[in-house]
Amino acid sequence: MELMPDFDLHRPTDVEEAVRLRAETEGALYVAGGTDMIVNVRRGIEQPAALIDLSSVKELQEIVEDDDGLHIGAAVTLEILAGDTRVQESFTAVAEAATAVAGPTHQSYGTVGGNLCLDTRCLFYNQSEWWRKSNDYCMKERGDICHVAPGGKRCFAAFSGDVAPAALVHKAEVDLVSATGRRRVSLADIYRNDGMNHLAIEPGELLAVLHLPKAESGQPSTYEKARVRGSIDFPLAGAAVWLNQSGDKIEELRIALTAVNPYPHLVKNLDKFSGVKLDDNVLNEIAEMVQSQAKPMRTTTVKPWYRRRVVGAIARRLTAKLSQAS
Amino acid sequence: MKNFVSMTLNGRARDDAIPGNMLLIDFLREIVGYTGTKIGCDGGECGCCTVLIDGKPRHACLTLAAVCDGAEVETIESLETEGRLSAIQRGFHEKLGAQCGFCTPGMVMAAEGLLRENPDPNEDEIRKGMAANICRCTGYVKIIEAVQAAAQEIASKEDAA
Repeated sequence: MELMPDFDLHRPTDVEEAVRLRAETEGALYVAGGTDMIVNVRRGIEQPAALIDLSSVKELQEIVEDDDGLHIGAAVTLEILAGDTRVQESFTAVAEAATAVAGPTHQSYGTVGGNLCLDTRCLFYNQSEWWRKSNDYCMKERGDICHVAPGGKRCFAAFSGDVAPAALVHKAEVDLVSATGRRRVSLADIYRNDGMNHLAIEPGELLAVLHLPKAESGQPSTYEKARVRGSIDFPLAGAAVWLNQSGDKIEELRIALTAVNPYPHLVKNLDKFSGVKLDDNVLNEIAEMVQSQAKPMRTTTVKPWYRRRVVGAIARRLTAKLSQAS
Repeated sequence: MKNFVSMTLNGRARDDAIPGNMLLIDFLREIVGYTGTKIGCDGGECGCCTVLIDGKPRHACLTLAAVCDGAEVETIESLETEGRLSAIQRGFHEKLGAQCGFCTPGMVMAAEGLLRENPDPNEDEIRKGMAANICRCTGYVKIIEAVQAAAQEIASKEDAA
Protein backbone atom coordinates (compact mmCIF):
# COMPACT_ATOMS: atom_id res chain seq x y z
CA MET A 1 0.00 0.00 0.00
CA GLU A 2 1.25 3.44 -0.91
CA LEU A 3 0.41 6.59 1.00
CA MET A 4 -1.26 9.44 -0.77
CA PRO A 5 1.19 12.21 -1.63
CA ASP A 6 0.45 15.66 -0.30
CA PHE A 7 -1.70 17.94 -2.44
CA ASP A 8 -4.45 20.51 -2.07
CA LEU A 9 -7.97 19.86 -3.26
CA HIS A 10 -10.03 22.60 -4.90
CA ARG A 11 -13.72 22.21 -5.58
CA PRO A 12 -14.88 24.86 -8.05
CA THR A 13 -18.57 25.14 -8.88
CA ASP A 14 -18.33 26.53 -12.42
CA VAL A 15 -16.05 26.11 -15.43
CA GLU A 16 -14.73 29.66 -15.23
CA GLU A 17 -13.54 29.13 -11.67
CA ALA A 18 -12.06 25.73 -12.57
CA VAL A 19 -9.89 27.04 -15.40
CA ARG A 20 -8.88 30.09 -13.35
CA LEU A 21 -7.76 27.87 -10.45
CA ARG A 22 -5.87 25.67 -12.88
CA ALA A 23 -4.11 28.68 -14.41
CA GLU A 24 -3.23 30.12 -11.01
CA THR A 25 -2.04 26.89 -9.41
CA GLU A 26 1.36 25.62 -10.47
CA GLY A 27 1.31 21.85 -10.98
CA ALA A 28 -2.44 21.43 -10.67
CA LEU A 29 -4.40 18.73 -12.48
CA TYR A 30 -8.10 18.26 -13.13
CA VAL A 31 -9.88 15.25 -11.65
CA ALA A 32 -13.47 14.18 -12.33
CA GLY A 33 -14.45 10.63 -11.31
CA GLY A 34 -10.89 9.79 -10.37
CA THR A 35 -11.20 6.10 -11.29
CA ASP A 36 -7.85 6.30 -13.09
CA MET A 37 -6.37 9.58 -11.84
CA ILE A 38 -6.43 8.64 -8.14
CA VAL A 39 -4.71 5.32 -8.91
CA ASN A 40 -2.01 7.18 -10.83
CA VAL A 41 -1.54 9.75 -8.07
CA ARG A 42 -1.22 6.98 -5.54
CA ARG A 43 1.38 5.18 -7.62
CA GLY A 44 3.36 8.37 -8.02
CA ILE A 45 3.05 8.51 -11.80
CA GLU A 46 1.10 11.73 -11.39
CA GLN A 47 2.44 14.14 -8.78
CA PRO A 48 0.04 17.07 -8.68
CA ALA A 49 0.58 20.01 -6.34
CA ALA A 50 -3.20 20.35 -6.35
CA LEU A 51 -6.21 18.56 -7.76
CA ILE A 52 -9.12 20.53 -9.16
CA ASP A 53 -12.17 18.36 -8.62
CA LEU A 54 -14.86 18.90 -11.25
CA SER A 55 -17.64 16.94 -9.55
CA SER A 56 -19.40 20.08 -8.26
CA VAL A 57 -19.46 21.83 -11.64
CA LYS A 58 -23.12 21.41 -12.60
CA GLU A 59 -22.80 22.72 -16.16
CA LEU A 60 -20.40 19.86 -16.96
CA GLN A 61 -23.04 17.30 -15.95
CA GLU A 62 -25.66 18.23 -18.52
CA ILE A 63 -26.66 16.59 -21.79
CA VAL A 64 -28.15 19.24 -24.09
CA GLU A 65 -29.98 18.44 -27.32
CA ASP A 66 -30.48 20.97 -30.12
CA ASP A 67 -30.67 21.04 -33.91
CA ASP A 68 -26.93 20.36 -34.20
CA GLY A 69 -27.04 17.20 -32.12
CA LEU A 70 -26.18 16.11 -28.59
CA HIS A 71 -23.81 18.12 -26.41
CA ILE A 72 -22.50 16.02 -23.57
CA GLY A 73 -20.87 17.65 -20.57
CA ALA A 74 -17.45 16.21 -19.73
CA ALA A 75 -18.51 15.26 -16.20
CA VAL A 76 -21.54 13.24 -17.34
CA THR A 77 -20.95 9.77 -15.94
CA LEU A 78 -20.47 6.81 -18.25
CA GLU A 79 -23.54 5.18 -16.71
CA ILE A 80 -25.73 8.16 -17.61
CA LEU A 81 -24.21 8.33 -21.10
CA ALA A 82 -24.84 4.62 -21.67
CA GLY A 83 -28.40 4.86 -20.37
CA ASP A 84 -29.45 7.87 -22.48
CA THR A 85 -31.92 6.62 -25.10
CA ARG A 86 -30.91 9.36 -27.57
CA VAL A 87 -27.31 8.15 -27.41
CA GLN A 88 -28.37 4.49 -27.62
CA GLU A 89 -30.49 5.10 -30.71
CA SER A 90 -28.47 7.63 -32.68
CA PHE A 91 -24.91 7.03 -31.50
CA THR A 92 -25.06 3.35 -30.56
CA ALA A 93 -21.29 2.80 -30.54
CA VAL A 94 -20.86 5.56 -27.96
CA ALA A 95 -23.41 4.00 -25.59
CA GLU A 96 -21.84 0.55 -26.10
CA ALA A 97 -18.37 1.94 -25.46
CA ALA A 98 -19.51 3.57 -22.20
CA THR A 99 -20.89 0.21 -20.98
CA ALA A 100 -17.59 -1.43 -21.89
CA VAL A 101 -15.47 0.78 -19.60
CA ALA A 102 -14.17 -1.12 -16.54
CA GLY A 103 -17.04 -2.39 -14.35
CA PRO A 104 -20.46 -0.99 -13.38
CA THR A 105 -19.16 0.68 -10.22
CA HIS A 106 -16.55 2.61 -12.24
CA GLN A 107 -19.18 3.59 -14.80
CA SER A 108 -21.37 5.08 -12.08
CA TYR A 109 -18.80 7.77 -11.30
CA GLY A 110 -16.21 7.66 -14.12
CA THR A 111 -16.86 10.41 -16.65
CA VAL A 112 -16.93 11.03 -20.39
CA GLY A 113 -14.16 13.63 -20.18
CA GLY A 114 -12.01 11.36 -18.04
CA ASN A 115 -12.30 8.51 -20.52
CA LEU A 116 -11.50 10.78 -23.49
CA CYS A 117 -8.45 12.21 -21.70
CA LEU A 118 -7.35 8.88 -20.19
CA ASP A 119 -3.58 8.63 -19.87
CA THR A 120 -1.85 6.10 -22.13
CA ARG A 121 -1.05 2.79 -20.48
CA CYS A 122 1.91 0.43 -20.43
CA LEU A 123 3.00 -2.64 -18.51
CA PHE A 124 6.14 -0.77 -17.44
CA TYR A 125 4.33 2.45 -16.46
CA ASN A 126 1.13 1.52 -14.62
CA GLN A 127 2.98 -0.04 -11.72
CA SER A 128 3.75 0.88 -8.14
CA GLU A 129 6.63 3.20 -7.24
CA TRP A 130 8.87 0.39 -5.95
CA TRP A 131 8.17 -1.72 -9.05
CA ARG A 132 9.14 1.08 -11.42
CA LYS A 133 12.13 2.10 -9.32
CA SER A 134 13.53 -1.42 -9.28
CA ASN A 135 13.21 -1.39 -13.07
CA ASP A 136 14.99 2.01 -13.42
CA TYR A 137 11.71 3.72 -14.29
CA CYS A 138 10.96 4.39 -17.98
CA MET A 139 11.10 7.33 -20.37
CA LYS A 140 7.43 8.18 -19.82
CA GLU A 141 8.12 8.81 -16.16
CA ARG A 142 11.44 9.80 -14.55
CA GLY A 143 13.57 7.33 -16.55
CA ASP A 144 15.59 7.39 -19.76
CA ILE A 145 14.81 4.21 -21.60
CA CYS A 146 11.81 2.43 -23.04
CA HIS A 147 11.50 -1.17 -21.83
CA VAL A 148 9.07 -1.95 -24.64
CA ALA A 149 11.46 -0.91 -27.42
CA PRO A 150 14.92 -0.55 -25.83
CA GLY A 151 17.14 1.66 -27.91
CA GLY A 152 14.16 3.52 -29.31
CA LYS A 153 13.46 7.16 -28.63
CA ARG A 154 9.69 6.89 -28.67
CA CYS A 155 7.11 5.90 -26.10
CA PHE A 156 4.57 3.32 -27.22
CA ALA A 157 2.20 3.37 -24.23
CA ALA A 158 -1.23 2.55 -25.63
CA PHE A 159 -4.28 4.79 -25.56
CA SER A 160 -6.88 2.68 -23.75
CA GLY A 161 -10.07 4.72 -23.66
CA ASP A 162 -13.27 3.14 -25.01
CA VAL A 163 -15.40 6.22 -25.71
CA ALA A 164 -12.95 7.97 -28.06
CA PRO A 165 -13.02 5.48 -30.98
CA ALA A 166 -16.82 5.32 -30.80
CA ALA A 167 -17.10 9.12 -30.83
CA LEU A 168 -14.51 9.36 -33.64
CA VAL A 169 -16.58 7.30 -36.09
CA HIS A 170 -19.42 9.77 -35.44
CA LYS A 171 -17.09 12.72 -36.25
CA ALA A 172 -17.40 14.13 -32.75
CA GLU A 173 -16.02 17.49 -31.72
CA VAL A 174 -14.98 18.81 -28.32
CA ASP A 175 -14.90 22.17 -26.56
CA LEU A 176 -11.61 23.10 -24.92
CA VAL A 177 -11.82 25.88 -22.34
CA SER A 178 -8.95 27.81 -20.83
CA ALA A 179 -8.59 31.01 -18.83
CA THR A 180 -8.21 32.87 -22.12
CA GLY A 181 -11.14 31.45 -24.05
CA ARG A 182 -12.99 28.52 -25.56
CA ARG A 183 -12.26 26.68 -28.82
CA ARG A 184 -14.09 23.91 -30.61
CA VAL A 185 -11.98 21.29 -32.37
CA SER A 186 -12.49 17.93 -33.95
CA LEU A 187 -11.99 15.10 -31.44
CA ALA A 188 -9.42 13.51 -33.75
CA ASP A 189 -7.28 16.64 -33.44
CA ILE A 190 -6.76 16.35 -29.68
CA TYR A 191 -4.70 13.19 -30.03
CA ARG A 192 -1.18 12.62 -31.33
CA ASN A 193 1.04 9.62 -31.91
CA ASP A 194 3.22 9.98 -28.83
CA GLY A 195 2.65 7.77 -25.78
CA MET A 196 4.42 10.29 -23.54
CA ASN A 197 2.37 13.25 -24.65
CA HIS A 198 -0.67 11.94 -26.48
CA LEU A 199 -3.06 14.85 -25.80
CA ALA A 200 -2.77 17.90 -28.04
CA ILE A 201 -4.49 19.98 -25.36
CA GLU A 202 -2.69 23.04 -24.01
CA PRO A 203 -1.71 22.90 -20.33
CA GLY A 204 -4.64 24.20 -18.33
CA GLU A 205 -7.21 23.62 -21.04
CA LEU A 206 -10.29 21.76 -19.87
CA LEU A 207 -12.20 19.42 -22.16
CA ALA A 208 -15.69 20.68 -21.31
CA VAL A 209 -18.14 19.29 -23.86
CA LEU A 210 -18.34 16.37 -26.29
CA HIS A 211 -20.42 17.26 -29.33
CA LEU A 212 -22.10 14.39 -31.19
CA PRO A 213 -23.32 15.92 -34.47
CA LYS A 214 -26.83 15.09 -35.61
CA ALA A 215 -25.67 14.91 -39.22
CA GLU A 216 -23.71 11.76 -38.26
CA SER A 217 -26.51 10.13 -36.29
CA GLY A 218 -28.53 8.40 -39.01
CA GLN A 219 -26.28 5.39 -39.63
CA PRO A 220 -25.77 2.35 -37.41
CA SER A 221 -22.59 2.05 -35.38
CA THR A 222 -21.22 -0.40 -32.86
CA TYR A 223 -18.24 -0.95 -30.55
CA GLU A 224 -16.52 -4.01 -29.13
CA LYS A 225 -13.31 -4.68 -27.27
CA ALA A 226 -11.17 -7.65 -26.25
CA ARG A 227 -9.96 -7.78 -22.66
CA VAL A 228 -8.39 -10.19 -20.20
CA ARG A 229 -11.33 -10.12 -17.77
CA GLY A 230 -14.72 -9.77 -19.41
CA SER A 231 -16.26 -8.18 -16.33
CA ILE A 232 -13.83 -5.32 -15.81
CA ASP A 233 -10.71 -4.35 -17.73
CA PHE A 234 -8.96 -1.96 -20.06
CA PRO A 235 -9.08 -3.01 -23.72
CA LEU A 236 -6.35 -5.18 -25.23
CA ALA A 237 -7.76 -4.03 -28.55
CA GLY A 238 -11.04 -2.42 -29.50
CA ALA A 239 -12.83 -1.20 -32.60
CA ALA A 240 -15.80 1.05 -33.37
CA VAL A 241 -17.47 0.70 -36.76
CA TRP A 242 -19.89 3.07 -38.55
CA LEU A 243 -21.49 1.98 -41.81
CA ASN A 244 -23.56 3.74 -44.44
CA GLN A 245 -24.91 1.29 -47.02
CA SER A 246 -27.08 1.66 -50.06
CA GLY A 247 -28.51 -1.69 -51.02
CA ASP A 248 -25.70 -4.19 -50.55
CA LYS A 249 -23.00 -1.66 -51.47
CA ILE A 250 -20.87 0.33 -49.06
CA GLU A 251 -21.44 4.09 -49.30
CA GLU A 252 -19.08 4.96 -46.52
CA LEU A 253 -17.33 2.90 -43.86
CA ARG A 254 -15.57 4.31 -40.81
CA ILE A 255 -13.53 2.30 -38.32
CA ALA A 256 -11.64 3.60 -35.29
CA LEU A 257 -9.34 1.55 -33.08
CA THR A 258 -8.25 1.74 -29.47
CA ALA A 259 -5.47 0.17 -27.38
CA VAL A 260 -3.34 -0.68 -30.41
CA ASN A 261 -1.67 2.73 -30.88
CA PRO A 262 -0.71 5.60 -28.54
CA TYR A 263 -3.83 7.42 -29.77
CA PRO A 264 -7.31 6.32 -30.91
CA HIS A 265 -6.72 5.60 -34.57
CA LEU A 266 -9.25 6.42 -37.28
CA VAL A 267 -8.49 3.82 -39.96
CA LYS A 268 -7.27 5.42 -43.19
CA ASN A 269 -7.99 4.57 -46.83
CA LEU A 270 -11.38 2.98 -46.16
CA ASP A 271 -12.80 5.14 -48.98
CA LYS A 272 -11.38 2.51 -51.31
CA PHE A 273 -14.37 0.36 -50.31
CA SER A 274 -16.97 2.99 -51.28
CA GLY A 275 -19.34 1.59 -53.91
CA VAL A 276 -18.05 -1.95 -53.29
CA LYS A 277 -20.41 -4.84 -52.55
CA LEU A 278 -19.78 -6.16 -49.06
CA ASP A 279 -18.93 -9.87 -49.26
CA ASP A 280 -16.53 -12.22 -47.46
CA ASN A 281 -13.56 -11.20 -49.58
CA VAL A 282 -14.15 -7.53 -48.93
CA LEU A 283 -14.57 -8.22 -45.21
CA ASN A 284 -11.22 -9.99 -45.25
CA GLU A 285 -9.64 -7.03 -47.01
CA ILE A 286 -11.11 -4.68 -44.41
CA ALA A 287 -9.69 -6.84 -41.61
CA GLU A 288 -6.28 -6.81 -43.31
CA MET A 289 -6.33 -3.05 -43.69
CA VAL A 290 -7.25 -2.64 -40.01
CA GLN A 291 -4.48 -5.01 -38.94
CA SER A 292 -1.89 -3.21 -41.05
CA GLN A 293 -2.68 0.10 -39.34
CA ALA A 294 -2.77 -1.29 -35.80
CA LYS A 295 0.65 -1.06 -34.17
CA PRO A 296 0.33 -2.77 -30.79
CA MET A 297 3.58 -3.06 -28.89
CA ARG A 298 4.61 -5.10 -25.86
CA THR A 299 2.66 -2.80 -23.51
CA THR A 300 0.34 -5.47 -22.04
CA THR A 301 0.84 -9.01 -20.77
CA VAL A 302 -0.88 -10.20 -23.94
CA LYS A 303 1.29 -10.52 -27.05
CA PRO A 304 1.12 -7.81 -29.75
CA TRP A 305 0.48 -10.32 -32.57
CA TYR A 306 -2.67 -11.48 -30.83
CA ARG A 307 -3.94 -7.94 -30.31
CA ARG A 308 -3.32 -7.10 -33.96
CA ARG A 309 -5.21 -10.19 -35.12
CA VAL A 310 -8.04 -9.66 -32.70
CA VAL A 311 -8.57 -6.01 -33.66
CA GLY A 312 -8.90 -7.06 -37.31
CA ALA A 313 -11.33 -9.81 -36.33
CA ILE A 314 -13.44 -7.42 -34.25
CA ALA A 315 -13.59 -4.85 -37.07
CA ARG A 316 -14.55 -7.58 -39.54
CA ARG A 317 -17.24 -9.03 -37.30
CA LEU A 318 -18.76 -5.63 -36.46
CA THR A 319 -18.82 -4.55 -40.11
CA ALA A 320 -20.63 -7.78 -41.04
CA LYS A 321 -23.05 -7.30 -38.13
CA LEU A 322 -23.93 -3.73 -39.18
CA SER A 323 -24.31 -4.73 -42.80
CA GLN A 324 -26.76 -7.50 -41.93
CA ALA A 325 -28.70 -5.28 -39.55
CA SER A 326 -29.35 -2.50 -42.06
CA MET B 1 -4.77 22.45 3.28
CA LYS B 2 -7.86 21.09 4.98
CA ASN B 3 -11.33 21.03 3.48
CA PHE B 4 -14.42 21.47 5.61
CA VAL B 5 -16.78 18.65 4.89
CA SER B 6 -20.37 18.06 5.98
CA MET B 7 -21.59 14.60 5.11
CA THR B 8 -24.24 12.22 6.27
CA LEU B 9 -22.54 9.01 7.29
CA ASN B 10 -24.84 6.06 7.91
CA GLY B 11 -27.75 8.38 8.56
CA ARG B 12 -25.96 10.72 10.96
CA ALA B 13 -24.82 14.19 9.93
CA ARG B 14 -21.23 15.08 10.78
CA ASP B 15 -18.76 17.88 10.10
CA ASP B 16 -15.04 17.29 9.65
CA ALA B 17 -11.94 19.15 8.59
CA ILE B 18 -10.31 16.70 6.19
CA PRO B 19 -6.95 17.01 4.37
CA GLY B 20 -7.58 17.31 0.62
CA ASN B 21 -5.47 14.24 -0.11
CA MET B 22 -7.27 11.89 2.32
CA LEU B 23 -9.08 8.98 0.71
CA LEU B 24 -12.57 8.07 1.88
CA ILE B 25 -11.38 4.59 2.85
CA ASP B 26 -8.74 6.08 5.20
CA PHE B 27 -11.26 8.54 6.61
CA LEU B 28 -13.72 5.72 7.33
CA ARG B 29 -11.21 3.31 8.80
CA GLU B 30 -8.74 5.61 10.55
CA ILE B 31 -10.75 8.69 11.56
CA VAL B 32 -14.26 7.32 12.07
CA GLY B 33 -13.17 3.81 13.05
CA TYR B 34 -15.52 2.00 10.69
CA THR B 35 -13.28 -0.90 9.72
CA GLY B 36 -16.02 -2.94 8.04
CA THR B 37 -15.05 -1.50 4.66
CA LYS B 38 -11.94 -3.34 3.49
CA ILE B 39 -8.88 -2.30 1.50
CA GLY B 40 -8.08 -4.92 -1.13
CA CYS B 41 -6.22 -3.94 -4.27
CA ASP B 42 -5.85 -0.19 -3.64
CA GLY B 43 -6.63 0.47 -7.29
CA GLY B 44 -10.32 -0.03 -8.03
CA GLU B 45 -9.88 -3.52 -9.39
CA CYS B 46 -11.36 -5.69 -6.63
CA GLY B 47 -14.38 -3.80 -5.26
CA CYS B 48 -13.69 -4.71 -1.58
CA CYS B 49 -13.93 -1.03 -0.61
CA THR B 50 -17.37 -0.50 -2.17
CA VAL B 51 -19.61 1.87 -0.22
CA LEU B 52 -22.75 3.72 -1.29
CA ILE B 53 -22.52 7.43 -2.04
CA ASP B 54 -25.91 9.01 -2.63
CA GLY B 55 -27.23 5.48 -3.05
CA LYS B 56 -24.75 4.39 -5.73
CA PRO B 57 -21.86 1.94 -5.29
CA ARG B 58 -18.49 3.65 -5.33
CA HIS B 59 -14.89 2.69 -4.48
CA ALA B 60 -13.87 4.27 -1.17
CA CYS B 61 -10.20 3.77 -2.10
CA LEU B 62 -10.55 5.90 -5.26
CA THR B 63 -12.71 8.61 -3.73
CA LEU B 64 -11.30 11.59 -1.89
CA ALA B 65 -13.11 12.06 1.42
CA ALA B 66 -13.46 15.82 0.86
CA VAL B 67 -15.39 15.17 -2.36
CA CYS B 68 -18.18 13.69 -0.19
CA ASP B 69 -19.13 17.15 1.08
CA GLY B 70 -22.92 17.28 1.03
CA ALA B 71 -23.19 13.60 0.16
CA GLU B 72 -24.85 10.69 1.88
CA VAL B 73 -22.31 7.93 2.56
CA GLU B 74 -23.39 4.45 3.61
CA THR B 75 -21.08 1.68 4.73
CA ILE B 76 -21.61 -1.96 5.71
CA GLU B 77 -22.07 -0.78 9.32
CA SER B 78 -25.35 0.90 8.34
CA LEU B 79 -27.18 -2.25 7.32
CA GLU B 80 -28.05 -4.03 10.56
CA THR B 81 -31.10 -2.83 12.42
CA GLU B 82 -31.28 -3.36 16.17
CA GLY B 83 -28.71 -6.10 16.06
CA ARG B 84 -30.38 -7.99 13.24
CA LEU B 85 -28.74 -8.59 9.88
CA SER B 86 -30.27 -7.01 6.78
CA ALA B 87 -31.92 -9.24 4.19
CA ILE B 88 -28.80 -9.15 1.99
CA GLN B 89 -26.47 -9.91 4.89
CA ARG B 90 -28.74 -12.80 5.91
CA GLY B 91 -28.75 -14.01 2.31
CA PHE B 92 -24.93 -14.13 2.26
CA HIS B 93 -24.92 -15.88 5.65
CA GLU B 94 -27.55 -18.49 4.89
CA LYS B 95 -26.63 -19.24 1.29
CA LEU B 96 -22.91 -19.44 2.17
CA GLY B 97 -22.13 -16.40 0.00
CA ALA B 98 -19.12 -15.66 2.21
CA GLN B 99 -16.12 -17.90 2.81
CA CYS B 100 -13.06 -15.96 3.92
CA GLY B 101 -15.29 -12.91 4.14
CA PHE B 102 -12.85 -10.29 2.93
CA CYS B 103 -14.79 -9.32 -0.20
CA THR B 104 -18.13 -9.61 1.58
CA PRO B 105 -18.64 -6.01 2.81
CA GLY B 106 -18.01 -4.77 -0.73
CA MET B 107 -20.18 -7.49 -2.24
CA VAL B 108 -23.03 -6.73 0.16
CA MET B 109 -22.87 -3.00 -0.56
CA ALA B 110 -22.76 -3.62 -4.33
CA ALA B 111 -25.82 -5.88 -3.92
CA GLU B 112 -27.52 -3.21 -1.80
CA GLY B 113 -26.98 -0.65 -4.58
CA LEU B 114 -28.18 -3.13 -7.19
CA LEU B 115 -31.39 -4.15 -5.38
CA ARG B 116 -32.35 -0.55 -4.62
CA GLU B 117 -32.25 0.19 -8.32
CA ASN B 118 -33.59 -3.15 -9.52
CA PRO B 119 -35.48 -5.05 -6.78
CA ASP B 120 -36.11 -8.11 -8.98
CA PRO B 121 -32.95 -8.78 -11.00
CA ASN B 122 -32.51 -11.94 -13.07
CA GLU B 123 -29.24 -13.87 -12.86
CA ASP B 124 -27.70 -11.98 -15.75
CA GLU B 125 -28.54 -8.63 -14.18
CA ILE B 126 -27.01 -9.77 -10.88
CA ARG B 127 -23.81 -10.87 -12.65
CA LYS B 128 -23.62 -7.54 -14.47
CA GLY B 129 -24.48 -5.49 -11.39
CA MET B 130 -21.80 -7.19 -9.30
CA ALA B 131 -19.17 -7.38 -12.06
CA ALA B 132 -16.87 -4.84 -10.39
CA ASN B 133 -16.45 -7.06 -7.31
CA ILE B 134 -14.03 -9.96 -7.12
CA CYS B 135 -14.34 -13.01 -4.86
CA ARG B 136 -11.52 -15.57 -4.87
CA CYS B 137 -13.30 -18.15 -2.69
CA THR B 138 -16.87 -18.83 -3.67
CA GLY B 139 -16.83 -19.05 -7.44
CA TYR B 140 -19.74 -16.56 -7.41
CA VAL B 141 -22.53 -19.15 -7.62
CA LYS B 142 -23.28 -18.86 -3.90
CA ILE B 143 -23.08 -15.08 -4.08
CA ILE B 144 -25.69 -14.99 -6.82
CA GLU B 145 -27.92 -17.32 -4.79
CA ALA B 146 -27.46 -15.01 -1.80
CA VAL B 147 -28.59 -11.96 -3.76
CA GLN B 148 -31.54 -13.89 -5.20
CA ALA B 149 -32.58 -15.04 -1.71
CA ALA B 150 -32.32 -11.47 -0.42
CA ALA B 151 -34.39 -10.11 -3.31
CA GLN B 152 -37.09 -12.71 -2.59
CA GLU B 153 -37.10 -11.94 1.11
CA ILE B 154 -37.40 -8.21 0.51
CA ALA B 155 -40.23 -8.78 -2.00
CA SER B 156 -42.15 -11.12 0.32
CA LYS B 157 -41.88 -8.62 3.18
CA GLU B 158 -43.20 -5.87 0.95
CA ASP B 159 -46.10 -8.10 -0.13
CA ALA B 160 -46.97 -8.78 3.51
CA ALA B 161 -46.86 -5.12 4.46
